[in-house]
Amino acid sequence: MNRWLLLLIAALYLLSLAVGPAWWPWRLGNEVGWAIVWELRLPRATLGLLIGGVLGLSGAVLQGWLRNPLAEPGVIGVSACAGFAAVCAFYSGLAAAFALALPLAGIAGAAVAVALLMGAVRSGTGTVSLLLMGVAINAIAAALISLVLALSPNPFAYQEISLWLAGSIVDRDLHYLAMAAPFMILGAAIVLGAGRWIDALSLGEDTARSLGADTRSLGLRLTLGVGLMVGAATSVAGVIGFVGLIAPHLVRAKVGFRPGATLVPSMLVGAALVLGADVVVRLLPTASELQLGVFTSLVGAPFLVRAVRRAHAAWLAT
Amino acid sequence: MTKTGSTLSVSGLVSRRDHAVVLDGIDLAFDAGQVTAIVGPNGAGKTTLLRHLAGLDTPSAGQVQLRGQPLASLGSAIRAWSIAYLPQAASAYWPLRARDLVALGRLPHGADLSRPLRTQDVAAIQRALERVDGVGLADRPIDTMSQGERARMMMARALATEAGVFLADEPVASLDPAYALETMGILRAEAARGACVIVVLHDLGLAARFADRIVVLANHKVAADGPPSVALAAGVIDVAYGVTFRHVTIDGISQPVAWERQE
Repeated sequence: MNRWLLLLIAALYLLSLAVGPAWWPWRLGNEVGWAIVWELRLPRATLGLLIGGVLGLSGAVLQGWLRNPLAEPGVIGVSACAGFAAVCAFYSGLAAAFALALPLAGIAGAAVAVALLMGAVRSGTGTVSLLLMGVAINAIAAALISLVLALSPNPFAYQEISLWLAGSIVDRDLHYLAMAAPFMILGAAIVLGAGRWIDALSLGEDTARSLGADTRSLGLRLTLGVGLMVGAATSVAGVIGFVGLIAPHLVRAKVGFRPGATLVPSMLVGAALVLGADVVVRLLPTASELQLGVFTSLVGAPFLVRAVRRAHAAWLAT
Repeated sequence: MTKTGSTLSVSGLVSRRDHAVVLDGIDLAFDAGQVTAIVGPNGAGKTTLLRHLAGLDTPSAGQVQLRGQPLASLGSAIRAWSIAYLPQAASAYWPLRARDLVALGRLPHGADLSRPLRTQDVAAIQRALERVDGVGLADRPIDTMSQGERARMMMARALATEAGVFLADEPVASLDPAYALETMGILRAEAARGACVIVVLHDLGLAARFADRIVVLANHKVAADGPPSVALAAGVIDVAYGVTFRHVTIDGISQPVAWERQE
């Protein structure tokens, strides 16, 4: 399966370099054509690849860790929290003074949200407390973002931010790529080796511990990893929802529902989904290009509805 | 208090939860090759004792020792390798294939489900499946199984670790008599293999028949400890449970029957 996914990703990546107002820009054969490739298309395609990959992987990690097929960075508020922190960094002038402030704030915001969710699941009643916590985090983050914007002296702040938060990787140059990519790659490296212990958590936290899992350090490790991935991704691209929900769902049955085995394929499917969606929004006949996050929500939200309805009652109730 | 040579022991164990005392000064030692049943009324602290023995809870005072070493000082890897733990109403959050579920019991031996399993892990999984008579179910997802079949797979998961200590918390709760008898037979076989088996039971009849030794917990303390004829003797369990028991002898085994609530 992974081999076919890699081929698909390679094809979509090339397509992402090719598609846009100027098709096949390298065919122009001049400096303008290559400038389009290097300065516009390449960062955009690479960001799509990385962001899709980390969102798919984060979804698989959160679902495995929280033992819940509905966990997803966007749905349960991790992206919103990262977005709020990034907005703070942006409007406090911190991001202007210090370039890395934006991704670092996003990472901190995402990590706080993950930690809150882990706390809710450890002490609470599974799906219900997880989703309620997610609703609460989303609501608080949205309210705080509005508050920060209201306090901002910039009259265009609302418009700027609502566009940015809707999720897009248009016009993100190499500078953005260089800023976010190391954090996303580091986060992925941190969580990818944790598959064994995510498998152990299939039996619940106590049994996982009896099998040798150090759930406390695992929790810290996954919080850090997901924080780095979602925080960095959100700080450059805004909220791109539902990728982390859809990707693990598409691969789960193929790996026999082993949560650890969903990690790598979910990452690949996530990358393919975002690359593909980013090509589609360029092709849609909308007056201005549709935001990538809006598109993934349009496609992904019905998927969530379907997942909730089809999910086996017994596996959801826990 | 620790007997030399005992596999697992607790000394002066005190456990508090939210300031309430759950276990109050427990001293016990458990030997290899024996099935010890822990019985007692609801809320006596049976599950908590088992969790301490598994190293899942930290004692407020006292300590748990594995072969003379404080359990808290052993790494989680050694603990996992030495002690298998089957919790009450064991379940899985994903509809795993039975063979993958059982393979989780090999994690302490370094198995990784995302890679091909080593020969010794495959062999141990097969042995565990055979012991629960579950080879025929091995390739089915556990959500397609009956409750009894699933409970057997959970048992196989714990057996697959092939640990020296086997802890099971009410493994026969809500199972048919046939499954319950089979489960007790599996635990006996595990002890015959040389394991130190400690099982929390609700059913005193099963405890009387299948355990070598019974520990009665009541009011957060050890109320009785000894072979079934001693620990389940009239008078001892009557006080512990607040119930008058009658005893019937079947095939030479005295079975307590709860008869009347004490006023």
